[in-house]
Amino acid sequence: MAGKEAAPPEQTADLTAAPEAAKAEVPPELVAHSLGEYARAWIARVRGGESGVLPVIIAMAAIVLVFTVWSPNLIFLSPVNLVNLFQQSAVVMVLAMAEGFALILGEIDLSVGFVGACGAAITVQLVQPLTTNWPWWAAIIAGLLFCVVFGAIQGTLITRLRLPSFIVTLGGYLIANGLFLEILGFGPFSGFPNLAGFSNNLHVVYNLMWGTIDPTISWIGAGVVVAGLGGWMWWSDHRRRTSGLVAPPASLTWLKIGLIALVAVVVVSICNTNRAALGVLEGVPWVIPIVLALLTAWTILLQRTKYGRYVYAIGGNPEAARRAGINLALVRTIGFSLCSLTAGIAMLLYASLLGGMSNNVQGGQYVLYAVAAAVIGGTSLMGGRGKALHGVLGGLVIGGINNGMYLQGLSFVAQYIVTGFVLLAAVTIDSLSRRGAASGSVTRV
Amino acid sequence: MTAAVAPTQATTEPLLKIRELDKHFGPVQALYHVDLDIPSGQVTALCGDNGAGKSVLTKCIAGIYQPDHGQIYWDGHPVHIRGARDSARLGIETVYQDLALADNLDIVQNMFLGRERIGFGLLDEDSMERAAAETLASLRVTTVRSIRQPVASLSGGQRQSVAVAKAVMWNSKLVIMDEPTAALGVIQTRQVLDLIKRLRDRGLAVMVISHNLNDVFEVADRIAVMYLGRLVVQDKASTFDRQSAVEYMTTGAASRSVGGSSVKD
Repeated sequence: MAGKEAAPPEQTADLTAAPEAAKAEVPPELVAHSLGEYARAWIARVRGGESGVLPVIIAMAAIVLVFTVWSPNLIFLSPVNLVNLFQQSAVVMVLAMAEGFALILGEIDLSVGFVGACGAAITVQLVQPLTTNWPWWAAIIAGLLFCVVFGAIQGTLITRLRLPSFIVTLGGYLIANGLFLEILGFGPFSGFPNLAGFSNNLHVVYNLMWGTIDPTISWIGAGVVVAGLGGWMWWSDHRRRTSGLVAPPASLTWLKIGLIALVAVVVVSICNTNRAALGVLEGVPWVIPIVLALLTAWTILLQRTKYGRYVYAIGGNPEAARRAGINLALVRTIGFSLCSLTAGIAMLLYASLLGGMSNNVQGGQYVLYAVAAAVIGGTSLMGGRGKALHGVLGGLVIGGINNGMYLQGLSFVAQYIVTGFVLLAAVTIDSLSRRGAASGSVTRV
Repeated sequence: MTAAVAPTQATTEPLLKIRELDKHFGPVQALYHVDLDIPSGQVTALCGDNGAGKSVLTKCIAGIYQPDHGQIYWDGHPVHIRGARDSARLGIETVYQDLALADNLDIVQNMFLGRERIGFGLLDEDSMERAAAETLASLRVTTVRSIRQPVASLSGGQRQSVAVAKAVMWNSKLVIMDEPTAALGVIQTRQVLDLIKRLRDRGLAVMVISHNLNDVFEVADRIAVMYLGRLVVQDKASTFDRQSAVEYMTTGAASRSVGGSSVKD
């Protein structure tokens, strides 16, 4: 054909032996110029084994469907239950974000449950008006500081003495369990310091989970968040597009902003419904902005800072990180500290949910939930892949399963078994998608 | 072709000059009185059998090992290279055989790993992406679909190209490449050899460690051969033929004189 432009010679010499495999591994927003192209690239990617957050979205839809059909009178989807579900899930979500630091580094932290519980117990003890009566903020700082130090010690043992994180944190788990029981024993509370009483400091800690924001302020706050996030997304994508850098199509940016706005409207509408059988209980619970703030902070830290970049590099290829001059021991130790710090926040929310701390905290089981939630959300156990968002999504799935089965009056036995199977399914998907990506791929050096 | 920066000192003083370098590990003498010149604007191939001392010599230049005796001159000045940071400061970049790329990071992230650009406390992705794109374009590495794709999705030749681009990005003057074509197919090897020639045309000094005599004769301006810890010969590539090179590599000497400045003792 005379009029047909020949492709530039450099392009035809694409060295990729299996183009379809490479296509599958390239994120669709990098090669697409329109929404249709994006959708096609995305489907190719899912077929190639890179499913991203798709499994977790499907799992959530399945949970909603099953329990809605199953539960009488649509209790599962009632506003009071959905808010409950989020509150119960919040602990697992934050704990999974904590575990994410260890998992992305290619390590594991089994101690998160009881280390966090220790920190929370310290906080609950310190705000007791009968004994120490510390201000709430000082008590929270003290509790979280304990977690940071505990994490730093574990991290130091793992990095400087080169001990396996599995064993060090297993030891840390037992030590923290003992310390936790010891801390509970202080004061005249028979091992059950609680958050009931007439002290402002007790109220603040209790309200972390149970406090609600005025409905009008909830709407304003949601509006500010959506406008801020949407504006920032649009501005950064727009700037990249106009300066010729790799950027997603504009329609995709708008679609994402629209989805965020939709989620915000749905969540605030549900929360602003009066949920009390008697009296008034409405407004967004405090725990939602707390989880969102933590999600934002850890997302920025992991995706937008040098530190976060080094965490991924170490998880992906420690040798490459070492040759790049990165201080592996320091990055890893800080990672374990951040993991324990986040766990402290999670268990503080747990203490608030329970209205106190007692020796029946299931710190051991919560570790497993945290790992399960992170993996279900899409974080890889092999290191180098994962996001803070994965913890939140995975936490919702686990919370949804537990909540739905509880509504059915099923025993804990059944909940354990089902959660275990969901975890196995998630790990299988993780492993299969990696294998699929590896086998379909091109020359590996 | 690329606007070649004419190497000014190439004719007089070599960029890197090694004299009487010794290195032993316990009783094992890994390097023995090694003399080597690496001039700018030329590709020097370092050949030798397994255990000849190529890697040890490379690591001494890169600062990973400290030599026991001997002196390294950089631009005519004696230098002590005590670590990877020292060598990087001089402008020496090494591309190891395993490439040291993180599979889960994209091309830009890998090229800037450890030297990220920061704006307002956060990573300045836009500026890094622009600089990486410029470097890749100047090396005519154009086969990648997007510089934001993870390294896991690249072919072997593309990975090698990214590793080389990463090395030349930092105003480096000497690029050492360890077996750059060992794991590659025919077309990919072709591309990497072209890339090496482009580095030379830019006026860089390139040292290529290779077993593959096809590649060596294709790309090298100078050839140096090591044998059992000694540098037995170094000279212009045109003074060697395949047979003499193999003889030097396997026996440390050639049956026919090739007129080189043979450093036998």
